[in-house]
Amino acid sequence: MTRPYLANKLQLDPVLIAEARTIANDIVAQVTPFIFSHSTVSVERTIVRMFGVNGVNPEGIPFPNVLVDHMREQGLIEDGAASLIAKACLHYGKNPQSLAEEIDRNELSLENLPDYPLETLHEMALGLALPAVTRIKEQGRNREAMIGSLGQGAEPYLYAIVATGNIYEDIIQARAAVHQGADIIAVIRSTGQSLLDYVPYGPTTEGFGGTFATQANFSIMRQALDEVGQEVGRYIRLTNYCSGLCMPEIAAMGALERLDVMLNDSMYGIIFRDINMQRTFIDQYFSRLINGFAGIVINTGEDNYLTTADAMEAAHTVLASDLINEQFAFLSGLPEAQQGLGHAMEINPDQPDAFLYEIAQAQLIREVFPRSPIKYMPPTKYMTGNIFRAHVQDTLFNVASIMTGQSIHLLGMLTEASHTPLMQDRFLSIESAQLVFQYMRNFGDEITFAADGKIQQRARETLQAAVNMLITIRDTGLFGALEKGMFAEISRSASGGRGLDGVFAKGPNYLNPFVELFGGDANV
Amino acid sequence: MSKVDLTQVRPYGDTLNDGIVQLSLTLPLPLSAEAQEAARRWALQSGFQDPKVVHSQDLGEGFSFFVLYARSPVAVDFSSIKVLKSSHKTLEKAEIEALISSKLGRKLVVVGASIESDAHTVGIDAIMNIKGYNGHKGLESYHQIEAYNLGAQVACEDLLARALDVGADAILISQVVTQKDLHLRNLTRMVELLELEGVRNNFLLIVGGPRINYELAKELGFDAGFGPGTFAEDVASFMIEQVLINRKGDHDV
Ligand code: B12
Repeated sequence: MTRPYLANKLQLDPVLIAEARTIANDIVAQVTPFIFSHSTVSVERTIVRMFGVNGVNPEGIPFPNVLVDHMREQGLIEDGAASLIAKACLHYGKNPQSLAEEIDRNELSLENLPDYPLETLHEMALGLALPAVTRIKEQGRNREAMIGSLGQGAEPYLYAIVATGNIYEDIIQARAAVHQGADIIAVIRSTGQSLLDYVPYGPTTEGFGGTFATQANFSIMRQALDEVGQEVGRYIRLTNYCSGLCMPEIAAMGALERLDVMLNDSMYGIIFRDINMQRTFIDQYFSRLINGFAGIVINTGEDNYLTTADAMEAAHTVLASDLINEQFAFLSGLPEAQQGLGHAMEINPDQPDAFLYEIAQAQLIREVFPRSPIKYMPPTKYMTGNIFRAHVQDTLFNVASIMTGQSIHLLGMLTEASHTPLMQDRFLSIESAQLVFQYMRNFGDEITFAADGKIQQRARETLQAAVNMLITIRDTGLFGALEKGMFAEISRSASGGRGLDGVFAKGPNYLNPFVELFGGDANV
Repeated sequence: MSKVDLTQVRPYGDTLNDGIVQLSLTLPLPLSAEAQEAARRWALQSGFQDPKVVHSQDLGEGFSFFVLYARSPVAVDFSSIKVLKSSHKTLEKAEIEALISSKLGRKLVVVGASIESDAHTVGIDAIMNIKGYNGHKGLESYHQIEAYNLGAQVACEDLLARALDVGADAILISQVVTQKDLHLRNLTRMVELLELEGVRNNFLLIVGGPRINYELAKELGFDAGFGPGTFAEDVASFMIEQVLINRKGDHDV
């Protein structure tokens, strides 16, 4: 599939689509002042990391946590970590890492530092930020250069998951998948990592249903994929999950280690992990600023909404959320080419004509977001332990994917209902997708849909319902909509969930040099 | 067709007792004639007869994939198998409601959650939420049941605190992530916590999930376990039956 997707097979009303975007933009604009006037401990730890602070203390606590916790204990955090570190560097003449280590040993404190003019601190902070910014830029250039020399697979990109829990075993699985044809390798995170308020450190060899996201693991997998990419002659993209309580820190680690794709949703953590919504909205803004600057494609999590809600009744919530996610991405300066909006509308296969509706929904998302590398999710919820039937279900979704011009194709596994993929499961899945994609490469170009037929009607109804939903959200506000359980039928309160205690209002002298360096809004 | 001998049951392909099975597996060997032979011998040494490698394929990185058909000479004595099952009778929703109001004389109080790191709620929601599952209404829709669904990622301590707080008759737990036996650890944690606090006998302790069955649940120290395809009325029937039995027990003491 080449983007932009130009066909208009559903005869959607462009005025209605434009209206949907305007409303989504209004919705995001309502929460923007809140986002700009607040920060979080994870945003501050991200700044600290990008100032070069790394490693863990003797108790295993990451130094970024040590530093930011110290700032909180001293009641200084409202100035922002950047300002405090700049001040301490000026005063003590030390680098941020030494400061962190000495603070950890109680040899030094950030309390009672002399005042410096704001301009001086600002300049110092820009200087401290420079090495990370340079490295991230360089990684972007490396990616471009490697894609230029090696080339890349054709869309839909085959997106395969590895999840052994052991980064070294993951490499074996990933390398084999690439040899079999995978274009993107996603290292799924261990169960529960999203609730940790710190990022684990170093290479890890034990995880549950996934492998911990650590900077060392990113780097190890990056190197392995670069090597195997050379062997097969295609650039292989690496994906991880920048979500949960450490969303922006993981974004920074990913940018430094040249990840290419990051799960990074504006609302997923709120809905599916009960992370506080204030925390999430602030964190996602900064994460996306980083991802945008680093040239990383984000994936959003709407592909999971219909695991808890019904796909026939609630398909419009996926589209409405995609539109909101798009506007949040624009707010962070992320262009459409980096917006891998997620979707999946898995309909109960017992429903007559389910496949027609699957096509309608997949085509709808394609036509509403013609420039975005949208990500299509295979069936999960209605997969059972009958692996043979499951393989057929996946095959049908492969057909839907190629027919509707999807960009990123998450490979469905025949063993979805039982375990994370074994090597042979992934192989069978890649083989099936390749078979279908080759068989049907240009099939979509030859197909038009019956005027006012089931497919067109279903798509138009879903679009209209999404617009209606967006109007209601604009009236209640996004916080209110989440409280009412309008997404995925899960209700969350503005002051509930995890991580609210890590949110704080910025003081008048608050400083974060990365916002301007990454092209963020001047009002932040 | 000849009659099945229930003391000697073998897999069936198209002729009784042919013992035919289908296998697929990966070996950490690059594909070669020797690797194929290794797959065949593996099947032989595993006790299969006449194994045929019908498909083999290189997976890259020194691995290959095989599909085999073979015959198994092993027979099991079906007549001697006993699986531990809950002996309760599953009643209809209306019958359960009637039983609670007539025999218990107060509402049955139930607290449920998906515990520890597990974020899957669909299972516990299927049992507890009003909407229920596949047209079977959940416990919250029962007038005679006071149901509290705490959602997912609930620490064992928090679940217990809530159960004590509302004076629950039963604690319902869902566990979906089973990789590396994570569910066994979490479930054992809950039992140990209840024992440590000396309140194990205050509650019916029930677990459900796709890899859970009654026998496993009993082994782990739970009162019952429910697997795939469970509906609210299954567990509600069990709960009211047990609560009534236990109460009778109390009176006897
Ligand atoms: C939906 C889903 C999700 C959704 C969950 C949304 C939500 N709010 O629940 C999301 C996308 C968030 C998700 C996340 C993850 N998931 Co998931 N998920 C699924 C999926 C597709 C369906 C599960 C489901 O909803 N089934 C429907 C319900 C109704 O079935 P059920 O749970 O079995 O419940 C029935 C019975 O078991 C029983 N029951 C269940 N609980 C209880 C409790 C009681 C008291 C009783 C009486 C009965 C009972 O009654 C129910 C009704 O009959 C399965 C794959 C599949 N098809 O099964 C994977 C699956 C369960 N997930 C899996 C994994 C690994 C994860 C992740 C760890 C992935 C990751 N690394 O990020 C994360 C989990 C994060 C975490 N902290 O837990 C694996 C688990 C592998 C394993 N064996 O351990 C599976 C099998 C997919 C796979 N092949 O990898 N997942």
